[in-house]
Amino acid sequence: MAQHQVNYLKDGGLPVALTTIDKVVNWGRSNSIWALTYGLACCGIEMMASGASRYDFDRFGTIFRASPRQAELMVVAGTLTKKHAEFIRRLYDQMTEPKWVISMGSCANTGGMFNTYATVQGVDRVIPVDLYLPGCAPRPETLQYAVMMLQQKIRKEPASRAQKPKRLM
Amino acid sequence: MRAYTPKDNVQKKSYYTDRFWVAPQVAKFDVSQDTVFTADLDAIKAKFDVLDAYIQVDQMVVVINANDNYAVLELLKNECEYTQLSEMSAIDWLATEGKFEIFYQMLSMAKRKRLRIKCKIDEKEAIQSVEKLFRCADWSEREMYDMFGVVVNNHPCMKRILMPEDWEGFPLRKTYPLQGDEFAAWYEVDKIFGKEAREIIGPENRDPARIDRYDTKRFSRLGHEVPFGTDISQGEPDTPLVYQEQEGVFMVDKFDAQKSVVISDRHR
Repeated sequence: MAQHQVNYLKDGGLPVALTTIDKVVNWGRSNSIWALTYGLACCGIEMMASGASRYDFDRFGTIFRASPRQAELMVVAGTLTKKHAEFIRRLYDQMTEPKWVISMGSCANTGGMFNTYATVQGVDRVIPVDLYLPGCAPRPETLQYAVMMLQQKIRKEPASRAQKPKRLM
Repeated sequence: MRAYTPKDNVQKKSYYTDRFWVAPQVAKFDVSQDTVFTADLDAIKAKFDVLDAYIQVDQMVVVINANDNYAVLELLKNECEYTQLSEMSAIDWLATEGKFEIFYQMLSMAKRKRLRIKCKIDEKEAIQSVEKLFRCADWSEREMYDMFGVVVNNHPCMKRILMPEDWEGFPLRKTYPLQGDEFAAWYEVDKIFGKEAREIIGPENRDPARIDRYDTKRFSRLGHEVPFGTDISQGEPDTPLVYQEQEGVFMVDKFDAQKSVVISDRHR
């Protein structure tokens, strides 16, 4: 009775996709980067704007989580003070592997204009950083581009083996 | 021969080194100009010693003895209608006088007047808390202790408010270097990794503008990416910005710039 002949060997005809485990796992990882909300200063406003409807991070699968145990990406958005340094390290340690860090904005990269006694001169003194975003503050497009670059980075990494933990030292 | 002046004194190092420069002073006027302030000053003078009193920028400044501070503020609050303490803190005069100046900025909404009480204390001297009179003094006094090291007696919670509790030094003192002393420079490293990690992590880069333009091991330029460690001192080729890998991504549609549309009507 079927009027439509289905060509199972053509694209989309067969409900089966052939691929490698690496690609499947990395596809999952790179398209569900759950980020820890880490707005420390004015960059946090840009990060919130990226998550909101106009820029819409959800379409990348990036959903902000309030718990480090549910997050695999830490977007350090803003000035890190010396008082806060131990807490960012503790939260980073609580995140489950694999995990990535984006250092967003001048303050997080180098301390920025806060060349003072109370500011950590770059979060990479405390936690290992994957991507540095320039700008003061970076626009949401920049953060989106950073997330897409991070997705490329994730896809390049082998997923089948246990990811080598990143160490600062 | 000219007298030797020590060159390593932080206090003496200013950006402006004109030897004949005199700091401009705001004009001071006599208190008798203003009837409201005259009455207030008389009320204070009736009970306490007043070292100096004048009007500056339409505000009366009264200099009192440091151990009268609570009683004077109590008098001003209860009898002279200065019901608000808008600000209080300390000023570091240790270099010139060896003293801290404590000021209390008072506001009377009923009289529409502002008044400043000043007193001076020695470096190691403590001052009486006014937290019982004005709740806002609670945090202000903690901040004063945090930033200047002025200890406040009878304070409900005398500890640092902004800096970490194990911090050494008082940052707003004129002798404190802006970029921090050695303790400040290594604070986060010492606390998180321990002192033995200092050599591995290295000192802070206090020149954030310093970028090695040709460093391809730590940085890459967007649109000019080259392989890790390439020598680019002779220039690098342009690479177009790519949002995805060239061969596409598994189960993700490839972005095609040719097919994309720029929306001109934002309300569509």
